[in-house]
Amino acid sequence: MSRAILRDSLSVALTVGVYGIAFGAAAVEADLSVLQACVLSLLAFTGASQFAVVGVLGAGGSALSAIIAASLLGVRNSFYGLRMAPILQVRGVKRFAAAQITIDESTAVSVAQEDKGLAAMRLGFWATGVGVYIFWNIFTLLGALGATALGDPAAWGLDAAVPAAFLGLLWPRLISNSARIVALLSIFLCTLLIPFAAAGVPVIACALIPFIFAYVGDRK
Amino acid sequence: MIWTAIIATSFIAFMLKYLGQAVPARWLENARIQKFALHLPTALLAALVAVQTLGNQKGIVFDARSVAVLVAGVALFLKAPFPVVVLLAALTSAGIHQL
Repeated sequence: MSRAILRDSLSVALTVGVYGIAFGAAAVEADLSVLQACVLSLLAFTGASQFAVVGVLGAGGSALSAIIAASLLGVRNSFYGLRMAPILQVRGVKRFAAAQITIDESTAVSVAQEDKGLAAMRLGFWATGVGVYIFWNIFTLLGALGATALGDPAAWGLDAAVPAAFLGLLWPRLISNSARIVALLSIFLCTLLIPFAAAGVPVIACALIPFIFAYVGDRK
Repeated sequence: MIWTAIIATSFIAFMLKYLGQAVPARWLENARIQKFALHLPTALLAALVAVQTLGNQKGIVFDARSVAVLVAGVALFLKAPFPVVVLLAALTSAGIHQL
């Protein structure tokens, strides 16, 4: 049983870790140094937020807009932590470690083992989280070094890699009609705001859409 | 400025992860909060697609990135894996820049 879980964890960790190449390259394209790209992966360790930081900074946005956009994207990890806490039941240093690797993938693999019991869920969480952490950081370094060596990013199409990466992160979330409507409204609102607002602000403004969905649209 | 963004983002990212483990469950169990949290990443990622595809210093432009993101969309629709999607988009944009 545990071998099958480890195999799942490893394949997820490797696949996701390879995205780190795209992040490292995107960071360099947004004028971060190799060191800055690596520190962000080591410390922040939450892919979508990291892409948001380099996306907003690369578009000329302020540090504050980058921080807000990235942090709004990181809110979902609180809910993963909430889901995982009763399963992991850890305290102290172990809780710090568990928190750092509480991301989409570790939570997803763990929850997928629900029918196999608590021990299996814990193994799935730790193996996937630690695995993604290792591969994500190695591949961030490789991507950043690679992009530095390439020189002019636009000539290699790296300008298009960032929006394509966001689309790739968005795609699996579009599984319900309400998710698709939220995405379309968000694209619409954001495009309207781009000419008038400082870089980063249109993205943050789009947090209004799920807020309206949750607090106004639903009259339960 | 870049270091400020990196350190602050990292700190907040960790606190958000830790918060979920540490706060009493009932704080986040409200149905509206859950719905907001479910849709928040969707809205932000969609907005980021728009900004990164269409935005530049002057406003909205349709350039090589628009074509590349369209190609990425087709690749995703055909269930291509993530690295392939990004690579195809980069190749498309690089190809257009070569013209």
